[in-house]
Amino acid sequence: MDKEIIKIEGLTREFTMGAETVRALRGVSFTVKEGEFVTIMGSSGSGKSTLLNILGCLDNPTSGTYEIDGVKMKDLSKNQLATLRNEKIGFIFQSYNLLPRTSALENVELPLFYNSKVSTEERRARALKALKMVGLEDRMDHTPSQLSGGQQQRVAIARSLVNNPVMILADEDTGNLDTRTAYEIMSIFQALNEQGITIVFVTHEPDIASFSKRTIVLKDGNILKDYKNQSVQSAVAQLALLPQEEHSL
Amino acid sequence: MRLLNLLKIAFKAIVLNKTRTLLTMLGIIIGVASVIAMLAIGEGSKESIRASISSMGSNMITIRPGADDRGPARGSGGNVQTLTLQDYELIKEQSELLSYITPVVNSGGQVISGSNNWPSTIFGVYPEYLNIKVVDLQSGSMFTDAEVKSASKVAVIGQTIVDNVFPDGTDPVGQMIRFNNIPFKVIGVLEVKGENTFGQDQDDIVVAPFTTVQKRILAIDYLNQIMAAAISEDDAPEAVEQLTEILRSQHQLLENEEDDFTVRSMEELISTFSSTSEMLTILLVAVASISLLIGGIGIMNIMYVSVKERTKEIGLRMAVGGKGADILMQFLIEAILISITGGFLGVILGLGATVFIEKFLSWPTSVALYSIIISFAVCAITGIFFGWYPARKASALDPITALRYE
Repeated sequence: MDKEIIKIEGLTREFTMGAETVRALRGVSFTVKEGEFVTIMGSSGSGKSTLLNILGCLDNPTSGTYEIDGVKMKDLSKNQLATLRNEKIGFIFQSYNLLPRTSALENVELPLFYNSKVSTEERRARALKALKMVGLEDRMDHTPSQLSGGQQQRVAIARSLVNNPVMILADEDTGNLDTRTAYEIMSIFQALNEQGITIVFVTHEPDIASFSKRTIVLKDGNILKDYKNQSVQSAVAQLALLPQEEHSL
Repeated sequence: MRLLNLLKIAFKAIVLNKTRTLLTMLGIIIGVASVIAMLAIGEGSKESIRASISSMGSNMITIRPGADDRGPARGSGGNVQTLTLQDYELIKEQSELLSYITPVVNSGGQVISGSNNWPSTIFGVYPEYLNIKVVDLQSGSMFTDAEVKSASKVAVIGQTIVDNVFPDGTDPVGQMIRFNNIPFKVIGVLEVKGENTFGQDQDDIVVAPFTTVQKRILAIDYLNQIMAAAISEDDAPEAVEQLTEILRSQHQLLENEEDDFTVRSMEELISTFSSTSEMLTILLVAVASISLLIGGIGIMNIMYVSVKERTKEIGLRMAVGGKGADILMQFLIEAILISITGGFLGVILGLGATVFIEKFLSWPTSVALYSIIISFAVCAITGIFFGWYPARKASALDPITALRYE
């Protein structure tokens, strides 16, 4: 459990907006070990989404180093990065980003389409398994417009799971959801984490952060706090405590 | 495996946008179909011109007296007396590119039989005339060389004469007719040839031995023309040159003197007419090609919109592991599928339109295989070319830029 999945040092990211330069990250360093459940917290504009995009190999840092599973990101070509994203990372977007007019099952299958090692049968089987893990196997033929927000979110989670990633990166996944659905999502993450998958979760809600094992707080592109949670809450237990009338899914 | 996956993705995208895809295809379909139909019309009219000229004898070469003062309207070259039987004999002796040759004298006059009469033309020729004109007899027989030698008063007549001079249906063979008061015995009837390309009735003709017409009717010692057939169509141009040389030396013309005769081959006529119809074909195809090009631009337009519209999707595909090449291939395959399907439907529509034109407008058409191949290839190429640019653009995007695109 001591393998370093993420190791970043002095990470900065600057955006040029016309004449102005916005410094979203100003030198962030930390490591995440295998099996950790980390939440990155911070107010809007603190750079947490930018950081997550870099961790997900979607964006390049302006300076600093990023090692993922022992490989320096800088050394990788565009295509190698694509393969890395395909095989090692499960990314869950804030706005879900499901393909419209495409069934849940096919949405979940999507990453495997780009993995030539996976056969058609295996692709289908794995997508079904991932949908089962998020409890949506009975909705596999529904298109995103036929699913509720929480269900869409769970399809997005299933999609991030389907390639058996070493880590899952989630961007404010509970932000748009009601408390109950948010807790349900968190219970899925906790269950996944139990199975040994590393999870990095971005949020700005402290009660969501309380479900994770470690919290990193960002402010204006710098790390403000980095601490282990002493009392990790169980999302399943919290779910049970919610008043019954809110039960609407 | 990977290609198969991309094919599936592209196919899905097309199916998801049925209406849009169909509308895009419509440009290609109409373009390809019109190219095929236009070429079929052009080829068809060219072939029908060639066929009707060939029916007059495509190897035929005619020598007329007098200089070629531009155009066939100068028909009265017959009054010029520079062409003689010696010319004919010399050509027959010296030219090895001719299969048949005959001197020709002709005269207008009235064909009379009993109370019926009809204005026509009598041709005095050798029996080879039939071979040169590529015409057969429907009944009776042709006169012989011996009958030419003896200036027999026998004749072979065309169907128009039969219809007008023997309207009651009696078999003309064996009957007597008079041409300009000279009695002829009808020994044969020519097969029906109908009108030629210029609207002349080829059946309104009396054919008699050369000597009979020259001596008994016209009483002249020169020829109106010499008709010959080249061994093959390809030999015709060379034969024309050869004949010109023979006649020039025979007529003792100096270097700077113009020909006092005109040699023409059907080949020239065919190429004149074909080039007219070729011009028309080129024009039609040019118009059709423009519609094909517009079809191609339609593909580019739709692919461009499609890429823009799906920028977020492209970003997502890249985020979950799609490489630039995958994205390029996906959109390229999409463009190719659209253009090939469109091209295929266009070929079918084009063939259908051709059948329609042939059947209901009764225009001659002829679908050339090359027109199908060319239009299909052009459509596939425009599809690839016009699909490549937007696809290339899509594949060069950064995943995060594409994802953030609104």
